[in-house]
Amino acid sequence: MRGARIVCESLLCEGVDALFGYPGGAILHVYDELHKLDGKLNHVLVRHEQGAIHAAEGYARSTGKVGVCLVTSGPGATNVVTGLQDAMMDSIPLVVLTGQVPTTMIGNDAFQEADVVGITRPCTKYNYLVRDVSELASVIKEAFYLARSGRPGPVLVDLPKDVTAAEHPFSYPESVDLPSYKPTVTGHPKQIKKAIKLIESSERTVLYIGGGVVNANATDEIIELAERLNLPVTPTLMGLGAFPSGHDQSLGMLGMHGTYTANMAMAEAEVIVNIGARFDDRVTGRLDCFAKKAKFIHVDIDPTSINKNVIVDVPIIGDAKTVTRQLLDALPDAPPPERKEWWGILRDWQKRFPLSFKDRTDCIAPQRMMKEIAEITRGEDICATDVGQHQMWAAQYYPVKHGRSWLTSGGLGTMGYGLPAAMGAAVGNPDRRVLCITGDGSFQMCIQELATCVHEGLDVKVLIMNNNFLGMVRQWQELFYSRRYSEVGMKYFPDFVKIAEAYGATGLRAEKPEELHEILEKGLNTPGVVVMDIIVTKEANVYPMIPAGAAHYELVLEPEDDGEEPEPRELA
Amino acid sequence: MSSKTSRHVLSILVEDRFGELARIVGLFSGRGFNIDTIAVNKTLDPRFSRAVLTTRGDDQIIEQIIKQLHKLVRVRKVHHMTDEKHIERELCLVTVRAAAPKAREDLERIINLVGARVIAYSPTAFTVELSAPSKEVENFLELLRPLGIKDLCRSATIALARPGDDKTSNIGENAA
Ligand SMILES: Cc1ncc(C[n+]2csc(CCOP(=O)(O)OP(=O)(O)O)c2C)c(N)n1
Repeated sequence: MRGARIVCESLLCEGVDALFGYPGGAILHVYDELHKLDGKLNHVLVRHEQGAIHAAEGYARSTGKVGVCLVTSGPGATNVVTGLQDAMMDSIPLVVLTGQVPTTMIGNDAFQEADVVGITRPCTKYNYLVRDVSELASVIKEAFYLARSGRPGPVLVDLPKDVTAAEHPFSYPESVDLPSYKPTVTGHPKQIKKAIKLIESSERTVLYIGGGVVNANATDEIIELAERLNLPVTPTLMGLGAFPSGHDQSLGMLGMHGTYTANMAMAEAEVIVNIGARFDDRVTGRLDCFAKKAKFIHVDIDPTSINKNVIVDVPIIGDAKTVTRQLLDALPDAPPPERKEWWGILRDWQKRFPLSFKDRTDCIAPQRMMKEIAEITRGEDICATDVGQHQMWAAQYYPVKHGRSWLTSGGLGTMGYGLPAAMGAAVGNPDRRVLCITGDGSFQMCIQELATCVHEGLDVKVLIMNNNFLGMVRQWQELFYSRRYSEVGMKYFPDFVKIAEAYGATGLRAEKPEELHEILEKGLNTPGVVVMDIIVTKEANVYPMIPAGAAHYELVLEPEDDGEEPEPRELA
Repeated sequence: MSSKTSRHVLSILVEDRFGELARIVGLFSGRGFNIDTIAVNKTLDPRFSRAVLTTRGDDQIIEQIIKQLHKLVRVRKVHHMTDEKHIERELCLVTVRAAAPKAREDLERIINLVGARVIAYSPTAFTVELSAPSKEVENFLELLRPLGIKDLCRSATIALARPGDDKTSNIGENAA
C-alpha cells in the first residue's frame, strides 16, 4: 500500500471523523488518497492553516476526541506553530500531519523546506520525522496515543514526500511501544490519606479546579466531592464549565479578572484543594502574597506542574477523575460539614461584592450584551471566545452549563482562536449551536474562516463586542500608561455587516441599547452563520482586576465615579 | 526547601533515537536552566544512551529539571548522582610550553604529583593528559599556568555510582 494511503487508513483506524487541512506540494500524495477515499474521511478545507489548527483544537476540546490537522511543508507547517503552542499550553490533544520535502532533499534548502521538527520541538508534546514508510503506521498510532494520554497535548508527524509515495504492506499496530512513557493515573494511597486528613482538619477550605478536570471528564466526581464536603468551588478560566456555574457552591472564576469572593476565598483559605489547575501567574498574582494562610493539596497528572510555582503540602500525581474518585472512596460516611462560619463569610462577600457594572442608556454596555446573551441562550450553547476584554466578560457572565462547552485560549492568549475554534466545535457537534464571542480586533485575525463556516453550512453565531479598540490593551494603557493610547484604535473598520454578507453569511448590527435584545434574539435564531456587530461602550474596563504582579487582596473593583464616556482622545 | 545554588550531576538514560539529545538540550535552554557540561555515549544495551549532565541551581530548580527530564517521552530514567555516593571524572588535554630545562623539571614534578602523563611532545612543548574530578583539573591547570599553557581541551564530566552504592548502573536498562 502507498504511504499516503497508510496515513489515511491509520486515521480511519483511529476513528477520525474530521480532519482540518490545506493542501500543498509536499502533502499531495495524501490529498490524492483522500480523493480516492471519496469522502470516507471528512476533510474540512480551511482558508488558512492557523484556522485548521484552532479548528482542530475547538473540535478536540468540545468532543473529547483528538483533533487532526493536515498541512503541507514549509509555510503550511510554520502557519500551525501558534496553534501548536496554544494546544501545548492548554493541554489539547492534537495530531498534526505536515508534508515535508523528500528525505533525499532534507537539509538542502529545498523549495518549501523548513526544519519543522526542529521548529516545533518545544511546542509539541512529541514530534516525529518519519524516515521510512515501514514506521508510518506505528508512528501514527503512537502519535494518537501520546496526544490523548497523560497530560494531553499536540503531537506532530512530519511526512517526507518520498515516504508517502513509497509502498509498504499496511497493518495497524494494536499497541504502542513506548517503554519510557508511563503517565501516572492513580494517586498514591498514602497521599490520598494525607489529603483527607488535611481536608477534615479545616473549616475554611476551597476547591480550585482547572482544565485538567475537563480533560479527565471528571465533572461528576467534582460535583460529588464538592457536595459531600460542602466546599466552595472556584474554576480557572480553563476550568469553566467543569463545575456548573449555576451551582449554589460556585464562587465564579478566580484570577486576574475573577470574582471578589473567589479571590478573597483563596486569600483567606486554610486549605486549598487544587484539582487539575497549575497555579498560573494570572491566578496567583504576586506569588509571595498568594494564599498565605493556606496549606495546599495539588492533584495533577503532570509532575512538573507540582511545586513549580507554589510549594504544596500534599502533592498527588494522577488523573483528576481517578484521584477524585479515590478521595471520594476514602471519605468517611458522614453528612456534609456545615462550614457555617466560612459560608457566612463567603455569602457576605457575594452579597456585598457581586460582579457589577454600570448599565447605560446612551450606549450598549458590554456586560449588558453578555447578560442578554446569557439570558437568551441560558448557557446551553457551546461558547468560544477570542482574547481580550470580551473574553473576560464572557468568562464572567456566560453561564456555561455543560462540560466541554467553553472554548478559550487560556495559556497562550491567542487572538484569532475564537472563530476557527467555534468552527471546529460546530463540525464536531452538528446538533448544537456554537457562539463565538469576539472583539473587533481578534475577529480580524482569522476572519477568513467565515468562508469555511459558510461553505460547510455550520451553525456558528459570531458576536462582536465592537468597542472600536484593542480594548484590553487600551485598558492597560488607560490604567498604567496615563491614557496614552498607542496604536490601539480600530476606527470601526471594516464594516462587519458587509463583510458577513460578502461571505454569504447573515450580518446584523445593534448600536443602541433598545436594539440589543431584538438583534440578539434574531441573530441567534437565524440558521447558519450569523455575524452580529454589537457596538458597545468604547472605554469600558474589565473589573474586578488584580493588576499583574499584585496580590489578591489588592484587587480593584469597578470605580464608583463617572457613568459618562470620558472625553474622546485623539488616536495615534 | 533551601534556595542555595549548588552544582548537580544528573545521569540520564535515554532511548537512542534521532533528535533526543536536542530535546534534552532544548529543555534546558528553553526554560532558562544552565548546562555546564554534557557527555553522551552508548550503553551496553543498544536501545539506550547515557547522558551525564552537570548543572547548577537551587533545590526547587533541580527538582523541576529532574521532573521535566522525566517528562520527556523517550527518557527512561534520571539519576541525581549528587544524592548518591559516586565517582566523577573529566578528561583534560593540555599543551604546556617547556623549552628550558628548568621548565621541564617543574612540569615533571607537577605531572608526577597529580598523576598526569605526557601523551605527545615537541622540542618546546608537551601535551599532558589528566583524568580527574573537575575540581582537581582546575587545580592542576592553576599549577601549570606559570609555565605557559599553549592549548587546552576539557571533556564533559562523566559519573558512576560507587561499587556497593550502585543504585544506578550504567550498563543500560535491565541492570538499572
Ligand atoms: C496574536 C495576539 N497578538 C496580540 C495580543 C495582545 N492582545 C491581547 S488582548 C488584545 C486586544 C484584543 O482586542 P479585541 O479583539 O478587539 O478585544 P477587546 O479587548 O476589545 O474585547 C491584544 C492586542 C494577543 N493576545 N494575541
